Amino acid sequence: MDVRSYPFGPAYRLEIDPRYFWLQDNEPLARVKLPYGDEAWLLTRYDDNRLALGDPRFSLAEAAVRDTPRLQPERVGAILTDQDPPEHTRLRRLVAKAFTVRRVAALQERAAQIAGELVDRMVAAGPPVDLVDSFAVPLPGLMVCELVGVPYEDRDGFQDWVGAFMTVTALTVQERYAQIGKLAAYIAGLAARRRVSPTDDLLGALVLASEEGDRLTEDEVVQLTLVLLAAGYESTASQLTNFTYALLTHPDQLALLRDRPGLMPGAVEELMRWTPLLVYADTLPRYTLAEVEFSGGTVPAGEPVLLAKHAANRDPRRYPDPDRLDLTRDAQGQLGFGHGPHHCVGAPLARMDLQIGLGTLLDRFPDLRLAVPEDEIEWKSGMAVRGPVALPLAW
Amino acid sequence: MPECWTVRVDRDACLGSGICAGTAPEHFRLEDGRSRPVEERVPPDDRVVDAADLCPAEAITVSDAAGRRLAP
Repeated sequence: MDVRSYPFGPAYRLEIDPRYFWLQDNEPLARVKLPYGDEAWLLTRYDDNRLALGDPRFSLAEAAVRDTPRLQPERVGAILTDQDPPEHTRLRRLVAKAFTVRRVAALQERAAQIAGELVDRMVAAGPPVDLVDSFAVPLPGLMVCELVGVPYEDRDGFQDWVGAFMTVTALTVQERYAQIGKLAAYIAGLAARRRVSPTDDLLGALVLASEEGDRLTEDEVVQLTLVLLAAGYESTASQLTNFTYALLTHPDQLALLRDRPGLMPGAVEELMRWTPLLVYADTLPRYTLAEVEFSGGTVPAGEPVLLAKHAANRDPRRYPDPDRLDLTRDAQGQLGFGHGPHHCVGAPLARMDLQIGLGTLLDRFPDLRLAVPEDEIEWKSGMAVRGPVALPLAW
Repeated sequence: MPECWTVRVDRDACLGSGICAGTAPEHFRLEDGRSRPVEERVPPDDRVVDAADLCPAEAITVSDAAGRRLAP
């Protein structure tokens, strides 16, 4: 079998390299080599991706100690994603209490309020307005402040620090780490206050868990909060922008959604399925703990698998006519939030931000359109997430 | 008679995230993309309580023999 150099090439807008689909049909178990680390198996079919994400024979803890396939020379470890059940379960369980559908639903009114206020400012500024700066970044940012429990007077500074996690910034590596350090210290301070006066927010729940003898250390509280912020900020902001772009460039789907606003929850699932968020395959390779059989063959124990979830989401074996953006489709099971023990813990919050964000834009701007030709939109050129750098809109 | 807990999954609420089956495969199985308990009556086990707490859709409920809700 050929070993292919991976990544195949740079990503272009929201398009998926046709090589993934050739492999999906002809070599569903393909051998690849990344710039650093072990050779790996690339999985492009939906069933294989779902298996690797959910089955206990696949390990992230193992990946943390091996020469894991990667794009950068340094391997950056993180809490939650360096662990398997049961160590992972212990932490995940505590965090999951804060991220249930019920707690997020209680924030719905605030989300609508914040979205409305951001739109008021866009209207006051007058077209053209950059969606990214004025809406897509601040909405998830402010919602995360709500969820974590950041006091109002601290929110601007807090968002600046969280901005250091974004891949497109003018910060040097040192400046970035300095900002993250300030954020960690700030979160530690908020957590300390909650030990004295408990609160009903994410940080309050995490601190409470550690007080009830469930062994969350002070450091774990801060690390968990940082990981949630790092994972959930730019991803949601990028998808809000990507989804707006997708709707504005698929006028039939936009019209459908305007006509039937009740489609919004399903529409967001379909947009999650259709839109590749990551530039390449999933950034967390799994190592097999035992031999596993896939569509294209058997992988022995102790080898890494790379999951091309974006291609898996377009597998015709799972979703007929997969490249068609169809907001009436049942996209249940889409892999944009992952699957299995490491399924995105913030998914209920992300879904709400996306549904309310898009809903507010469509409701307040009946004539929303791009303010520039499509090919003048600048796209992020980093190696993590896709999305426009700016999206000038008019109405 | 040994105490038994009841485990239920609301298949309408279930999002098919696979977290339960991935973390406690002896208790949960995915069928047609949604979760189902392997057994609805189980001896007391922390792992089903964990799964109910982990479920992002709060689709899993665990009750004790007297019908009191234990999780989520």
